[in-house]
Amino acid sequence: MIDLETQSLNGPRRHPAPSLLLRRGRIIDPANNRDETADLAIVDGRVAASIPAGQPFEEIDCRNLVVAPGLIDLHVHFREPGQSAKETLSSGARSAAAGGFTSVVCMPNTSPSVDNPSVVTWIQEKAAREACVNIFPTGAITKGIAGEELAPIGSMARAGIVALTDDGHCVQNHELMRRALEYARMFQLPILDHCQDYNLVGKGVMHEGYWSTVLGLPGWPSAGEELIVMRNILLAGLCETPIHCQHLSSAGSVRLIRDARARGIPISGEVCPHHIALTDESLQAYDTNFKMNPPLRAQSDVDALIQGISDGVVTILASDHAPHCAYEKEVEFDMAPFGIVGLETELGLFIDLLVHKHKAIDLPRLIALLTIEPARLLRLDRGTLTHGAPGDVTLIDPALEWTVDAAAFQSRSTNTPFHGLQLKGRAIRTIVAGRTVWP
Amino acid sequence: MTAKPKSPPPDSPATTWTRKDLIAIRDLTPAEITLVLDTAAAFKQVGARDVKKVPALRGKTLVNFFVEPSTRTRTSFELAAFRLSADVVNISATTSSLSKGETLKDTARNLQALHADVIVLRHSSAGAPLFLSQRLASSVINAGDGAHEHPTQALLDVFTIRERLGRVAGLHVAIIGDILFSRVARSDIAALLKLGAHVTLVGPSTLVPREFERMGVRVTHDIDSILPDVDVVNLLRIQHERQRKEYFPSLGEYTALFGLTRERAARLKPDALIMHPGPINRGVEIDSEIADSPRSVILDQVTNGLAVRMAVLFLCAGAGGHV
Repeated sequence: MIDLETQSLNGPRRHPAPSLLLRRGRIIDPANNRDETADLAIVDGRVAASIPAGQPFEEIDCRNLVVAPGLIDLHVHFREPGQSAKETLSSGARSAAAGGFTSVVCMPNTSPSVDNPSVVTWIQEKAAREACVNIFPTGAITKGIAGEELAPIGSMARAGIVALTDDGHCVQNHELMRRALEYARMFQLPILDHCQDYNLVGKGVMHEGYWSTVLGLPGWPSAGEELIVMRNILLAGLCETPIHCQHLSSAGSVRLIRDARARGIPISGEVCPHHIALTDESLQAYDTNFKMNPPLRAQSDVDALIQGISDGVVTILASDHAPHCAYEKEVEFDMAPFGIVGLETELGLFIDLLVHKHKAIDLPRLIALLTIEPARLLRLDRGTLTHGAPGDVTLIDPALEWTVDAAAFQSRSTNTPFHGLQLKGRAIRTIVAGRTVWP
Repeated sequence: MTAKPKSPPPDSPATTWTRKDLIAIRDLTPAEITLVLDTAAAFKQVGARDVKKVPALRGKTLVNFFVEPSTRTRTSFELAAFRLSADVVNISATTSSLSKGETLKDTARNLQALHADVIVLRHSSAGAPLFLSQRLASSVINAGDGAHEHPTQALLDVFTIRERLGRVAGLHVAIIGDILFSRVARSDIAALLKLGAHVTLVGPSTLVPREFERMGVRVTHDIDSILPDVDVVNLLRIQHERQRKEYFPSLGEYTALFGLTRERAARLKPDALIMHPGPINRGVEIDSEIADSPRSVILDQVTNGLAVRMAVLFLCAGAGGHV
């Protein structure tokens, strides 16, 4: 019998963490509308009012730093079980920690897929042994992510999944999607949907528009996403159950969600850094590190996504961290897998683009989109620095200028279009349950 | 390996060819296109001699790497290489290790390890020749990549137009058919616009999306409206197989709406050229008699293709200056 406690080599849960005192930082805790310079104490792995008298503690000088709740990314692919050459729970967790994330939500499109409680338990146990951040599994909506019959949602709920999703795929059968929503409501599990109409998108590999026309690559029209966003709005209204639309890429999707939310429909959406950092024009060299699903779109889409973040239509930011081996990506464009790694560039890109460059939102709002907003959707007891909350903290230097170096990534994969990019702002220390996991 | 500087052949215009690869017409300057055409004109004269061989590529190895099947383009490149005295190897997808799961990159690196000087690549994936050219020291010539480009076809098309009509600038060229999926169309559009021609695309709205107008061409779905005005009609092969079923209802309807029938051909200018990259579908995009009429230059295109490909091989890999 394996003793999970003694197997742990570098996991955060082996020994109780020493008490921490984060001195004179700018504490930003959007859940409590808090933005002030103060000290923050972490005792026994939880946020505390102060360090008890006489107890030893480590002190960290946080002057000129932001002290934020540990960041949460609700959309990552850590590839275990089955594809550990791309990423493991361990390497993915280190990548998250290096990017400032203390909690991540793993998508179920592994091999085998997470469509039954035993895989859920396997991931939880392996993560407890090996991962330096909190890993929350999701379960598939349908068996084998095949879109044909419901997976054992109740059993997976009992095993501890935090959401349902067929991410990477999209349930095309609207009746099945409706029943999944109704069934998931029993367990208060939100559904995260990858919005893609298979007929409209076909074999599309890039945004359908001028550049797909020039490059002769099969187009992936915005309508292929918007049609499913619209379907989800209708079903969320019909079933009175929340649906969260993943990685929005088009202006039309933002408009649909804006209108639906104004009518009180329980629909939400997330935006990934690459969809506001790049456009389809960057595919001219057929570099597969610019190939993702949904694809990079036009400047007008980028503008609408940023506007949606700015005016509160988009409530969550995420990476869609999708590692692939170099040899898998170094093939003909239409044969390459979709996706890029994102955890280690995510915060830098969002601070640089949303706060500094476009001034679309301020830092407290950015932190809310990366903490309390996803925590609320997933009903996690995290994303805040309320006394008694888990001692997950990210220290951020919003003015630090740095250069992305893919070779220095903690992830096992380096498939990024951002290598060499200069950014302003990044996490400089990541703390999980009072223990520093990065650097 | 980066581009190799080379000097131009004798009597060429005042431009030099510095490319090791030919990937896309979109990359070329008008002067580079003209240089290829002038070089091809010189090689065409070689083809009329008793001894058709020149030693320009003697000792060089050319690999015809055709991942997607082709007969006419492959044969044209093969003959062009023979006439330049190169050694030629033909590889298809089924005879290569691609069928065993080897990646394109590894297959090509193996070819380079065998000291292939030139790789002529035909591939179903847009961007595949660029991909190889960035990774190999060998010259890479694009012989057609997906729906992207087919640069030597465009060069032979403008060569043929220039030879027959004396110029390209100012002419009005209609390209008719399946534009959306056509690499020939994209290369032709680029070559014609760079040389100063006016281009109108004609075909069903499903196969000629309006996005093309942003390239600087006109789009119409009414062939009859443009016939009296054009100097050249370039007909593309129309297919109605598998994935095309959703784009138009039938070949019969296509012919009725867009086919170059005898009646339509009669409305063309008397000296208008009729072109087709082949293989032609007699009775579909072109009436059989029209295909064989004196205004049809379809076979001239084939002949000129040989000279144009000799020029491209000579410029990219030949003794044009670096041996």
